[in-house]
Amino acid sequence: MLPKIEMIDLRKAFDGKRVLDGVTLKVAKGESLVVIGGSGTGKSVLLKCILGMLKPDSGSILIDGQPASRIDRRAFLRHFGMLFQGAALFDSMPVWRNVAFRRLHGHPRANKAEARALAVAKLRRVGLTEVVADLYPAELSGGMQKRVGLARAIATDPDVIFFDEPTTGLDPIMAGVINDLIREIVTETGATAITITHDMSTVNTVADRVAMLHEGRVRWQGQVSEMETSQDPYLDQFIHGRAVGPIATVR
Amino acid sequence: MILIRLAIAFLASIGRSTIGLLSATGRVAIFAGETVSHIVRPPLHPAETGRQLLRIGYFSLPVVGLTALFTGAALALQLHAGGARFNAETVVPSIVAIGIVRELGPVLGGLMVAGRVSSSIAAELGTMRVTEQIDALTTLSTDPMKYLVVPRVLAATLAMPVLVLVGDVIGIMGGYLIGIGRLGFDPATYIRTTLDFLEPGDVISGLVKAAVFGFILSLMGCYHGYNSGRGAQGVGHATTNAVVTSSILILAANYVLTEAFF
Repeated sequence: MLPKIEMIDLRKAFDGKRVLDGVTLKVAKGESLVVIGGSGTGKSVLLKCILGMLKPDSGSILIDGQPASRIDRRAFLRHFGMLFQGAALFDSMPVWRNVAFRRLHGHPRANKAEARALAVAKLRRVGLTEVVADLYPAELSGGMQKRVGLARAIATDPDVIFFDEPTTGLDPIMAGVINDLIREIVTETGATAITITHDMSTVNTVADRVAMLHEGRVRWQGQVSEMETSQDPYLDQFIHGRAVGPIATVR
Repeated sequence: MILIRLAIAFLASIGRSTIGLLSATGRVAIFAGETVSHIVRPPLHPAETGRQLLRIGYFSLPVVGLTALFTGAALALQLHAGGARFNAETVVPSIVAIGIVRELGPVLGGLMVAGRVSSSIAAELGTMRVTEQIDALTTLSTDPMKYLVVPRVLAATLAMPVLVLVGDVIGIMGGYLIGIGRLGFDPATYIRTTLDFLEPGDVISGLVKAAVFGFILSLMGCYHGYNSGRGAQGVGHATTNAVVTSSILILAANYVLTEAFF
């Protein structure tokens, strides 16, 4: 089957420092891929390259078999959602406007009442009440902000969703809530999802398949169930959080 | 040998600075060109532009008004004291009016608004850059240049002439109050002299200057904020650079425009 997203030998360097050094990965339609790896291994750069925010030095990205450089980027983004690490909510507008942003500013444009109703419905989907809709992002806790970010990401029922460190900065209980929500939403909508994280609870809840990046390359990839039995010392050190192993702790 | 090395190092540093200056100028020019091209291409965001008009225009009124009031008053005192040296005290109303309308109104107004607005735009956009809000806009199919930069630049360019016009009236009034209260001018004569000597070209040139200054200060705020570095330090640098560059460019543009007009 044609992969939804395919990266072939992707390379990207900043000021001579190689961040992506030949990444090749496929994500099937409807699959949830979780990309793991230490800080600075190129996970966020990978997402930004797929989104066209960064131009890779070489290699190619295919979306539905078409080179990303040739597809209509606007059309791709219309069916795309993303949850950012810090939620990235717009502080100048209330929560409901954040969630319904695309409906208020995109095409077709919804009127205020329709957009608000949609926002409230999506907020309910992520476990937030209508009261939250009129608050401003600064009035919410970190966990609530993440949920609002999630509601915004799924507001237009996207085909592709990216989750950038969805549980960073959350307590374990709230992290569990967010992980469960992501899993439910991905299963329910059938969206293709890429999640980047270092949180193993996210990996175990969200992933269909896992890829580990190390030094800008895919070090290991496989099913979640295969992780424990893998003989890869890098993966083994990472998933068990060991200070001693082949991955240097001083970078 | 050491002297030659020092000379080469000195020339190299001049070369590096020149290249840095030219590349920065090029980046600003590209940013300005992109902004103007977005202004003439729909979709625009009228609600956002209205919000910025209120924020940049309406809320800058006290700053511009107070600046103009005290400048007009001080100018009247200075001109009276200076004019007394060659028995030309009667020029106070006309010179206050011309000075405020042609030069001091737009320049001081521009500098004050640069301090207030340019810094605030740079800090806001810089924080949005650091917290990934600008990236979020892109993922929501919204062009950040169109949604963030165009409304601010458009609003400042439109609001500045109005602000300066109000400032001109208040500045002349500042001179009038001192002329009447302190310098013993007859109120009717003061107003008549002001109106007789003031020409439409004086006012129009000041308003054109104001529009250009509005464009400069908002563009610099947006440019530095949009390209802000990481963290609190990055946003701090962006804010400082926005105010410094917009102030210098306003003064330089004022010279160029004055040469062009008069």
